[in-house]
Formats: sequence, structure tokens, C-alpha cells
Amino acid sequence: MTTLTATPTVNALRHTSPVRRSSWVRRLPLLPALVFMIVVTQIPFLLTVWYSLQSWNLLHPGTKHFVGLRNYKVIFTDTIFRTAVFNTVIFTVLPVFLSMVFGTVIALLLDRHVFGRGFLRTLIVSPFLVMPAAAALVWKFTILDPVFGILNYFLRPFGVHHVDWINAHPQATIITVLTWQWTPFMVLIVLAGLQSQGSDILEAARVDGADGLRIFRSLTLPHLRPYLELGVLLGSIYVVQAFDAIFMITAGGPGQRTTNLPYYLYEAAFRGFDIGRASAMGVVVVIATILVATLALRLISSLFSDEGMAGR
Amino acid sequence: MQVRRKRHRAGLVSLLAAVSAGSLVLSACGSSKHSASSTAPAGGASSQTASSGTGSSGASAAAGDGNATTITVAVVDNPLMSTIEKLTPDGFEASHPNIKVKFVTLDENTLRDQVTKDVAAGGGQFDVVMIGPNDIPTWAKNGWISDLTKDASDPAYDVNDIIKPIRDALSSDGKLYAVPFYGESSFLMYRKDLLQAAGLTMPANPTWQQVADIAKKLNDPSKGVAGICLRGKTGWGENLAALDTVVNTFGGQWFNMKWDPQLTSPAFKDAVNFYVNLIKDAGEKGAANDSFNECLNLMEQSKAAMWYDATVAASTIDAPPSPIAGKLGFAPAPVVKTKASGWLWAWALSIEGSSKHKDAAWAFMDWATSKDYITYDAQKNGWAAVPPGTRVSTYQNPNYQKAASDFAALTLQSIQSVDVNHPGVDPQPYSGIQYVGIPEFADLGTKVSQEITAAIAGQESVDTALQKSQGYAQQVAQSYK
Repeated sequence: MTTLTATPTVNALRHTSPVRRSSWVRRLPLLPALVFMIVVTQIPFLLTVWYSLQSWNLLHPGTKHFVGLRNYKVIFTDTIFRTAVFNTVIFTVLPVFLSMVFGTVIALLLDRHVFGRGFLRTLIVSPFLVMPAAAALVWKFTILDPVFGILNYFLRPFGVHHVDWINAHPQATIITVLTWQWTPFMVLIVLAGLQSQGSDILEAARVDGADGLRIFRSLTLPHLRPYLELGVLLGSIYVVQAFDAIFMITAGGPGQRTTNLPYYLYEAAFRGFDIGRASAMGVVVVIATILVATLALRLISSLFSDEGMAGR
Repeated sequence: MQVRRKRHRAGLVSLLAAVSAGSLVLSACGSSKHSASSTAPAGGASSQTASSGTGSSGASAAAGDGNATTITVAVVDNPLMSTIEKLTPDGFEASHPNIKVKFVTLDENTLRDQVTKDVAAGGGQFDVVMIGPNDIPTWAKNGWISDLTKDASDPAYDVNDIIKPIRDALSSDGKLYAVPFYGESSFLMYRKDLLQAAGLTMPANPTWQQVADIAKKLNDPSKGVAGICLRGKTGWGENLAALDTVVNTFGGQWFNMKWDPQLTSPAFKDAVNFYVNLIKDAGEKGAANDSFNECLNLMEQSKAAMWYDATVAASTIDAPPSPIAGKLGFAPAPVVKTKASGWLWAWALSIEGSSKHKDAAWAFMDWATSKDYITYDAQKNGWAAVPPGTRVSTYQNPNYQKAASDFAALTLQSIQSVDVNHPGVDPQPYSGIQYVGIPEFADLGTKVSQEITAAIAGQESVDTALQKSQGYAQQVAQSYK
């Protein structure tokens, strides 16, 4: 298990083509992609940095002017921004952890030879294929609605009456929906890991007299480690941007219970039309994400290092 | 072992690639989160049954698709707007072969966000936009919407037929900037049959206390029937619209004449406590998610006995095919310290300043807000269901008076009894009954309405909610002092 960061192309170059010019010829096909990446990510980011130094509200045309770091000062003294940061952490860590646990369990079950396995797999994966906005509406109106929802309908025989799930437990609602949506993703990744495990090792272990739990602990889990890390990494990258479910189900409320950073940014930009403040928030979020991601990758994950996996 | 490792790595890399590609596709799907429904008139309109005489023009419409101008119209997803969307192919496009109308239907909050973004940035995504009176002064000043005075002066359009308070609310400096599709005040709707069964009568001019008493008596959780349906959903045009009228009549206000925020004043607190407690004691379950459309649904399903909301609701719940049509009674907006407490609102059509198809846009608006549209709608859907609150002639029409006898007079009276500049007890430095007529209110109102929703959902106390709201209001007030 070597590095992922070094692209296969570079590895190949090192071995086969020491000549500089030919290496450029080989890189040439990558160039359009590189230019495209710069145009769609780096230039907008620089513009955002520039906007974040302006006092610029679209509702007051003609009042745009340079204010330096004032927008950043406003953000760091804003209590809602702090709440949003906190909520973002909750809405990332818990759904990723829970969907990883559920995903692993379901993948272990699906890895067995059961009747109708293909059909089961399709069913399990389907939450991931439904459009997030549509799924959010189904949760909001068909499942969790206090009057017409099926959850209350099924719980009625057990003495539960007209519970207003979304407003009584707004954070749990969002975490549940996100977990439901991302579990299939984890199932897919863990399943791929399980199926790459050689049956010879498992057989040998069984011959040696190891029971199921022991095999799982000593062989399967270490084998799955890079897959679990990959799942957590990709899951975090996507779930940290959760917007659809929050926009459709709770609109950030009640109060700011479910306002995460993407939603708060949306409100600042498209309801307050405060482009300066929203841009500053965007810049802060990007820097914070890069810091956290780098730290997490260096400290926790062995995915991007030779040493981590060598110890296996 | 070396071999296996390599294969393993390749597997992981391709998995990574596949997964990220897959999620790209998914996020592309997800980005269509705003359910934009658009009609596809594509020629289907030319199969006219009524107008055999204009068959030739219909044929040329189908043939001359290349020259057709397409105008994009952004509307709110309320019932009367889906009616005009259905009537447009036969009613408008058939007689205007060179104009195609594309509707973009959005919920109220999203519509405001999208339309404001489009006009403010000069995006030109829409030609005709549906806006409310609160937008008129600033949008007109900024040149975001076009002056319609000249277009509307056409005698056939009869602009003076538009009810005066509505016309004034849509004008700025004596110029008309929008034409109303429907106008509304607010009033109380109640189920006559349920009140009668409980031995109750509705006073002719109820106070909020009387309404609360009746609501508590009619509230029947065992049958799933709420005493009253009230808005709790976040949004300044959602829960704050209803709540602000209550605040006004309790003697509260957002800002006093010195622009000091008054959200923690005793009157404001009393009003919010009253509203929140009424929902908790006798309101519908899940009120924190409910607004106009949700309450309308609950009323039609007989899950609520009373409803305080827009007068326009009567055109839907008291007209066929509503299951409760004919069972409804109507009373003026309940009061406490003021004589009247209804709001004033119009969903009005306006042309974006940056639109390139202003003539075509006006042609559509001319039709959509004309007397002829009202007659045409009445032929198709019955008189009770036509857009109310716009034209005096509608209220003088004997057919309408007969079909909408329960609510027509009260609607007109409610609209005419409002005072946009002085709705409460004390004078206020801004215009607006259920909103504060400043551009920052979209953001401020949304933040405050989030706190109100939290209070309704029981997530925080009314005091905390108002304390925080006062803080938001103070930030905004600074630039007005």
C-alpha cells in the first residue's frame, strides 16, 4: 500500500522517461484539465477573497467600498456563526460515524451468500441514488409529519400520539436523514474491501481453529482499515457540505438549531445579499477546512503514508 | 505479497475515482433542488376548440415557432398561480402566437431569494416577477423594475378599476410599478358546523381573547382536530405576517419613531406570548412547519376548526372542489386595542428592469391582470375561485357577489380598512403592517422569525427569542438613526 497522492502518471514517468521534453508531451493531455481547474476553482477563490474585503450589499447598489478586514471582525464576533460552526461539526461527525457503523454491519451481512443478494444490494443502495431534495421532502411530509406521517401512524398502537418529530428533535432529524442517505455509500466502500480479501487467508485461519469473531478482529478489520479510512475521509468531505436536507426540512431552524455553515452562508448571501460578509465567511470556511483536513490526514489516517500501512 | 499489494492499491484508486465520479453525478442531480416546474406548451395550445375563427392564426403560431419570444415568469406556488399556469396556453398563447410563456414556480421564501438575487445582480433570468408591496419603493428607486404607468394608462386596461389601497401600495412617487394578480387582507375563517355543534357563536367583530376561548373549546386532539390553525413556519412572509398583525393590535411595534427597536417591550412580549400559547393550547400539531399551504390542507382535511390567514384562502377552501365549501363562516381579523388588524398584501406582477422582452412581458401582464382574465377564469373554474382583491368591478359583478357571498364583502372591507403607515396604536417611522418597509427586513425578519419558530417549537422561551431578536434589530437600526 503505497502513496495515493503521487499519481500513476508521475510514477510511470520516473521509470520510463528521463527526458524532460517527452515528459512535457506526456503531461500535455493533463493541461486542459489543469487550466479548467484553475478557471473554475482558483480564480473564483481569489475573487471571493477580494469581495470579502469590501462592504458590498446588493440591496444598496452604489455603496460598494473597501473596508479591509472589517467583515472578518464581524464574523468572529457573531454568535450565530459560532453556533453554525458547532452545528457543522455535529452534522459531520455523527452522520459519518453512524453511517460507517451501519454501513460496515450491512456490508458484512451482504458479503455472505444469501438468497436474492443482488436484489438486496440494489435496495440497500437506493437511498444514495434518490435526489437529496426529493428524499428530504419524503422525510419531511411522508414520514415525520405530525398529522399525516407514517412514523406516527405505526407508533400509534404503542401509545405515541402526534409527535412533532422535526421540531421536537431537529438535530436528531437531520442526523438521521444524513445517516440514512450516506450509509449506502459506506456499504459500497466496505463491501469492495471485503470482496478484495483473499479467501485463502480466511480458510487458513479457520483451519487454525479461529472462530468468526477472532477472524473478524484479527484479519478482516485490519484488512478493512484503509477502506474505512477512505470512507470516513470521503464521507466527511461530502457531509460537511450538507445543505439539501437542512434547506428542505428545517430551514436552519427552529431558531438556529440546525443552521450549519453552508446554510448560514446561503442566508448571508441570498437573503441578506451581504456579499462582503458572505465572502468572508466562505474564506474562513475554506481555510478552516484545509487546516482540519490536513491535520486529520497527517495524524489519523495512514491512507497517504507508506509507513502507516507498512506496519500491517 | 508484493503482487497482491499492487492489485489492492489499484483497486483502491479506481474505487476512489469511481466514487468521486459517482458523487459528481449525484451532486449534479441534487442541484436541481428548487422544484422549478415549467409548462411545456409546445404546440399543444394550438388545438383550440372554442375559437374556430382564429384557426389560421393558430396554424401560423405552430409554423412560426422560430420567431416566438419566450418570456419567463416567476410566480409563487399558491393555488391561484397554478390556475393561471393552466389557463395560459389556451387563454393567452393561442391569441398571441408570437409569445411563449414559461412559468417558474417557487415557494415563497425561495421565490424572494431568487428574484431579489436576479434583479439586484441584473441577471435577467426572469422577465416578469411576482413581488409584494414591500419591494416597490426600493426596487423602483434602484431601477430594478420598470415603470408601468404608461402601459397601464390604456383605457381598455382601466387602471382606476384596481382597488385603491392596493394600487397605492404598488406605486412609488405616483408611478405604478406593478399590477396586482391578487390582493388580500387577513381574516378569520371558521367552520360554522363545528361551532354550531359545540353551541358556540362567533361575534361579528371578535377579539383575540374571544377567538382563543373558542379555539380551546373546539380543540379536540383525540380526533386530531385543532382549534385553530396558525402560521409557525420560518420566514418573514410566513409566521411573522400573521404574528405582526397580532403585535400591532396588542399595541406593539418593531421600531418607535426614534428607530429604537421595541421587540422586548411589554406589548410586543404579550402579543408573542399570546400567539405562542394559543398555538400550544389549541393550535395544530407541528405548527412550526406550517404556513398558508399547510393550513389550507389541514382545513380541507377537516383537521382544523378555525384559521387566521389571508383572505385569498377563501377562494380556494370555500369553492368547489374543496370538501368543506359552504361550511365556512368568516369574521374580520381579531383585534385587541385597534379597530382593525388585517394586513395588506398583493402578489403583483412586475417587469424586471433588465428584461429584453418588455413589450411581450406587458402583453402577458395586461392579460393576466385584466377584467377579461377574471371572466375567463370564472368560465373555466367558477366565479368563487377567481383572483380576489384586485378590481372593484369584480366586487360589483352580480355573479361574483352571488358565488362569493360569504366572503366577498368582508374581503373588500378588510382591504379598504387598512392603514399601511399607521397600523398599530403608536406611530411608526416605516410603512408596512405585517412587515417593516426597509430592504434589510428580508434578513432581519428571517432571523427573528427563526427565533419565533423556535419558541413555537418549544425549543426556547419567548423571552429568550425576543431578547435575541432585539439584538438583531439593534444592528439594523443603527443605519436609520
